Amino acid sequence: MTLPEAIFGDQPAYQGVAPDPEQPEALLDLRGVRKTYQSGSLQVDAVRGIDLQVLAGDYVAIMGPSGSGKSTLMHIIGCLDVPTAGSYRLAGVDVAGMGEQELAHVRNQRIGFVFQSFNLLPGLTAQRNVELPLVYAGVSGPERRARARAALDRVGLADRVDHRPNELSGGQQQRVSVARALVTEPDLILADEPTGNLDSASTAEVLALFGDLHDQGRTIVIITHEHDVADQARRVVVMRDGAISEVRE
Amino acid sequence: MSWLETVRTAYGALRTRRMRSLLTVLGILIGIAAVMLTVGLGQGAQSKVTDQINKLGSNLLIVTPGSATSSAGVRGGRGTATTLTMDDAAVLADPVAAPDIARVAPTSQSSLSVLAGTANWTTTAVGTTPEWVQVRARSVSEGRFFTAAEVAAESPVVVLGQTTATQLFGSSSGGGSSGGGLGGRSPVGQLVTLGGQNLTVIGLLTAEGSTAGGDQDDLAVLPQSTYASRLSTTANPRAVSTIYIEGRDQASLSAAYQQTTKILLAAHGVTAATMDFSVSSQQAIVESATTITRVLTVLLAGIAAISLLVGGIGVMNIMLVSVTERVREIGLRKALGATPSVILRQFLVEASMLGLVGGVAGLALGLLGAAVLPGWIGQPVTISPLAAGAALGVSLAIGIGAGVYPASRAARLAPIEALRSE
Repeated sequence: MTLPEAIFGDQPAYQGVAPDPEQPEALLDLRGVRKTYQSGSLQVDAVRGIDLQVLAGDYVAIMGPSGSGKSTLMHIIGCLDVPTAGSYRLAGVDVAGMGEQELAHVRNQRIGFVFQSFNLLPGLTAQRNVELPLVYAGVSGPERRARARAALDRVGLADRVDHRPNELSGGQQQRVSVARALVTEPDLILADEPTGNLDSASTAEVLALFGDLHDQGRTIVIITHEHDVADQARRVVVMRDGAISEVRE
Repeated sequence: MSWLETVRTAYGALRTRRMRSLLTVLGILIGIAAVMLTVGLGQGAQSKVTDQINKLGSNLLIVTPGSATSSAGVRGGRGTATTLTMDDAAVLADPVAAPDIARVAPTSQSSLSVLAGTANWTTTAVGTTPEWVQVRARSVSEGRFFTAAEVAAESPVVVLGQTTATQLFGSSSGGGSSGGGLGGRSPVGQLVTLGGQNLTVIGLLTAEGSTAGGDQDDLAVLPQSTYASRLSTTANPRAVSTIYIEGRDQASLSAAYQQTTKILLAAHGVTAATMDFSVSSQQAIVESATTITRVLTVLLAGIAAISLLVGGIGVMNIMLVSVTERVREIGLRKALGATPSVILRQFLVEASMLGLVGGVAGLALGLLGAAVLPGWIGQPVTISPLAAGAALGVSLAIGIGAGVYPASRAARLAPIEALRSE
């Protein structure tokens, strides 16, 4: 009996399948993932039965109109939310049945987030913002500062470490948040509409950065509704009405 | 996340909202300072009263006559009867019957005018025995006190208090050189006229200061026999108005109390129900005198504590506002790996920092008040280390208490809800 079955025992949970020995295990392995919200007396199926595998080193864009369930899928992939049914293995670990505490550790260790609205803390310098995930990982001061500086250097902002977010341009702020996503050396970089608030020059900058990271072997999942952003990815997953309608290589 | 990082983050968050944090701290500050000062004033007043009463003597029992009932049936209340006599004092001084009584000083007193040359004054004439000096814990600064022989002989001698001596002879202590009256000569050896009787001054009492009972230095002490035969207006020359008793020590004072009651009941041939005298201990006087200050202190401290409570509500209010405002920040921190307990701890530390900073500032203001206020209002303010420590503890506890609800709300926020809000 798997953990989700124990929790959602009365629902038709996905029956676990042994990983295919021929293929390397996927970094992300979603099988039969459902998410149902209770909205008053109405049950809303935001995501209804998604199977998705992402191998390490892949660059996947998830597209779809608003209401297609791509945000819900992004929350599940990012361990910000747990599926109602189905299994989700991240780097071989089943996270579908985890509690808040464990999920927080998984997010901290394995996932780097990049948000549409940057979500930098306005009171902190770029350096301190990038240090945040390491603070929660319990990394000591000197090592933390060195790693944050290296990550900022990596995104080309070594000369902006002491600037606060309001002293940086939109593109620079987004690069700071990419540095923050990189600093823990996560298995997955998960970007939610990363170019939604940027002008075309900054968009190109950030996309080039993602391209570089992909070339270095990082796994990237990007949620977007812009075709030119999706075109950068190796695979495009199109969602419609809570299910995957099309996968383009 | 280490404690150092938590404190640093909390400090940063409070500094970002500087004005608001200051106002919140002010609420706690005022509450703590108010509680400390009211309790300090109460304790100061209490120890002042206790000090004054303790000055009356140590291990003291005071026997006063009961109520006298007039022919019309009006009861005069405590002390109006003249049921105590020198004979009572003599039985009480018996070491066999009352082993725990060390000394007995029967005393009568009345207000009389006193003259020395052209200077006149009205003072309290006290007729007593030589034991009075020890029982009342007084001493003689110049000359000597009268002796038992002088009491037996009804000698016309008197010992003056400092105030009385100054009023009659000017600033004279230590054979002084200046002042009015008789040109600053030492009063000892001078003649005074007390209630129409000529008496020789043989000594001066050491100054004692004022107590709850008035100026302890405005009096003229003379032998009881002299007082009774020449000055007293009561019919019975053996009658006295008060008997002061010094117990052997603090531990046996209640035994002395019981012996006094038993001996006097037997001597007067009365029962406890028809008792015509009353015995009170110094302890009882201290207690009754401090009861009112204690009640007042509790009342005022209660009001001050309400202001502290309001300060605490202020902290909770501001923390709730802060949690609501920072929903996105909380969501982000959770997305980056902050566990619910880390978020809980962060907000608790913020709230307790507000409380503790208010407590430290309130303590400082309280200590300042304790240093400045006595000069203004003439009342001592006592702030004990215990009270200071308690103030800090209470302010910290208020901060934590006020922080629990907002912090647990923050900790419970679902990360996706938090990130979604714009």
